[in-house]
Amino acid sequence: MSASTAGGAPPAGFGPAIRAEKLTKRFGAFVAVDSVSFEVPAGSIFGLLGANGAGKSTTIRMLCGLLAPTSGTATVAGSDIARNPEAVKRRIGYMSQRFSLYNDLTVEENIRFFGGVYGLSDREIEERRRETVHRAGLDGREKTLTRELSGGWKQRLALGCAMLHRPGIIFLDEPTGGTDPISRRLFWDVINQMAQDGTTVIVTTHYLDEAEYCNELVLMHAGRIVAQGSPGALKREVITGSVFEVECPDPVAGMSVLRGVPQVRETAIFATRLHVSLDRDEDLVAALSALEAAGLPVSAHGRIVPSLEDVFIRLIDRNGEAKA
Amino acid sequence: MNGPRIGTIMIKELRQISRDPATLGMLLVVPLFLLLMFGFAINLDTKHIRLAVLDLDRTQDSRDFLQSFLHSEYFDLDFVLDRESQIDGLLDTGRALVALVIPRDFGRDAANGKKVEIQAIVDGSNGTTAATAIGYVQAVAADYSQRAFVRSLERAGVTGMKTTIDFEPRVLFNPELRSANFLIPGLIVLILMMTAVLSTTLSIVREKERGTMEQIAVSPVQPFELILGKTVPYLVMSLVAAAAILATSRLLFGVTVRGSWLDLGLVTLIFLFGCLAFGVLLSTISDSQQVAFLLSALLTLLPTFILSGFVFPFRNMPGVIRAFSYLLPGRYYLAALRAIMVKGVGFWAFSDQVLALVIFAAAAGGLSVLRLRRQAR
Repeated sequence: MSASTAGGAPPAGFGPAIRAEKLTKRFGAFVAVDSVSFEVPAGSIFGLLGANGAGKSTTIRMLCGLLAPTSGTATVAGSDIARNPEAVKRRIGYMSQRFSLYNDLTVEENIRFFGGVYGLSDREIEERRRETVHRAGLDGREKTLTRELSGGWKQRLALGCAMLHRPGIIFLDEPTGGTDPISRRLFWDVINQMAQDGTTVIVTTHYLDEAEYCNELVLMHAGRIVAQGSPGALKREVITGSVFEVECPDPVAGMSVLRGVPQVRETAIFATRLHVSLDRDEDLVAALSALEAAGLPVSAHGRIVPSLEDVFIRLIDRNGEAKA
Repeated sequence: MNGPRIGTIMIKELRQISRDPATLGMLLVVPLFLLLMFGFAINLDTKHIRLAVLDLDRTQDSRDFLQSFLHSEYFDLDFVLDRESQIDGLLDTGRALVALVIPRDFGRDAANGKKVEIQAIVDGSNGTTAATAIGYVQAVAADYSQRAFVRSLERAGVTGMKTTIDFEPRVLFNPELRSANFLIPGLIVLILMMTAVLSTTLSIVREKERGTMEQIAVSPVQPFELILGKTVPYLVMSLVAAAAILATSRLLFGVTVRGSWLDLGLVTLIFLFGCLAFGVLLSTISDSQQVAFLLSALLTLLPTFILSGFVFPFRNMPGVIRAFSYLLPGRYYLAALRAIMVKGVGFWAFSDQVLALVIFAAAAGGLSVLRLRRQAR
């Protein structure tokens, strides 16, 4: 299968799949997306990361032509989203967390509908129907009503329907929200497969473990980009010191104690443990003795490889300080 | 415009309708139910008025006078009373609508040309019925009095007397004055307006609620194609419902179409197109099915019922309300429908109504495409 039929990916050497320049969206006085610029290399898995309300979905919705930007421009698959939205729409696929399928239609009726809407011929629909059903793992269940499928199947079928017209770029807005870990894992296998086939994947998520699968990341906070780069580069650049994991009886109390220690750059709670960021390894002694003095004996501690979550917390804190 | 794309949407819509008992019921069962309910329950004809009589005279003359009430089907003699005190109880409980009191010496006084007073006591709690009943009593009494007058002249030797004016009404279009002929067209307007507006609005808002509308919005489908694809199936369903109403009203109430079926179909099609476009327009301002339902009921059902001339005549409406009624497409459709079905007149007689319906359809269609475009961007 090639990804460059019908609409297809931009030809090699065409440049980035998406280029956003100072994209801004205001809703009244509220600035949902504030002058966001980035480029998505063709064929990459590109993650938009951030908490709820950070502006990820609004950004994606502007790129798909669902929302008009207040200002700024963007080029998607070589076409300007404001000047030529129809050309953009033919070349992209979109799937949101709501699995937008018709529950009262069967699996194959949904496929036929979306195929017809994208103007595929009967022959093409027939051919891709089999492939889509197979990829979603729904062989033999073509005549099942979609409402009878569980979340994971629906999600894979929705992705299949969004890919029927072989778009060069697929937008996935919180695709794994509300599904179980196994379905999430299976879904990411499909995403990886698509990227290997040459499709550019833009995905929003607030699961930081999922962000590790992305080639490129943009971290958004309060409508602005706070960092961008590959997961590895972000960890190297943002976390300059060391991160230690510390186990003590009351992590919430421990966090407030550590905030009073000048050598500690940052503290965050991860389940029952604390992650403590330090500029130098020697500073750990000061942190541990502060906890002991506060009556919170440390039962275990050790250096860890920083996760994206550490990066994220560091960036958001820094951003908050910069604003204050 | 892309034919196959519109076709795809239509097929999908028909599949969904066929699988959704609620929509099917609303489009086909509710109209028939309303027809039966209104057809049998609403009867504006006042016939078989329950009459109670207190005959204090008890002569041949008083019995003749009473008989003149019972010749027609307008009055049923349900009670013959002995005492005046019985009247209140019968009227209070509604067992009698009119009580007649024929005074003592009725026969003798009438024969002598003396003035006779007949008392009619009427239950006025329903003004319309009461007014009709009073009218009938007056007519019967006047007729009797005229005949008595002629007789007394003849007895006095004056022969060859004739009443000068011979009033013989000839009612056109609906000679039996049956209210079914008048009500069924109104009912068709009401039912079509309700089902057409409600079903399109709900079908679009449902897609908004479930998120499938967004999926269509990112596809190359144009707003105009979406409207056609979504409304034409409901247009067909509404036409089927209209045909079912016509067939049923012919079978059960003997209501026929006197005019041209072609005119009827054409006017109905224009009206339905306007209704469906109006439904699309409503869907662009409602985000939930509840809001959509309330809006369409409030903006179609109530005004059409009250202000289209269905039951209440325009001439009784205050000026402001009457002015508002000109905004209702139901008003024009009903006038055209009555012209075709009851009067059987040709197209020229209701061309103004058709023009008004075309304007409404164009306005609603244009506005809904505009609103959809703005929402899509």
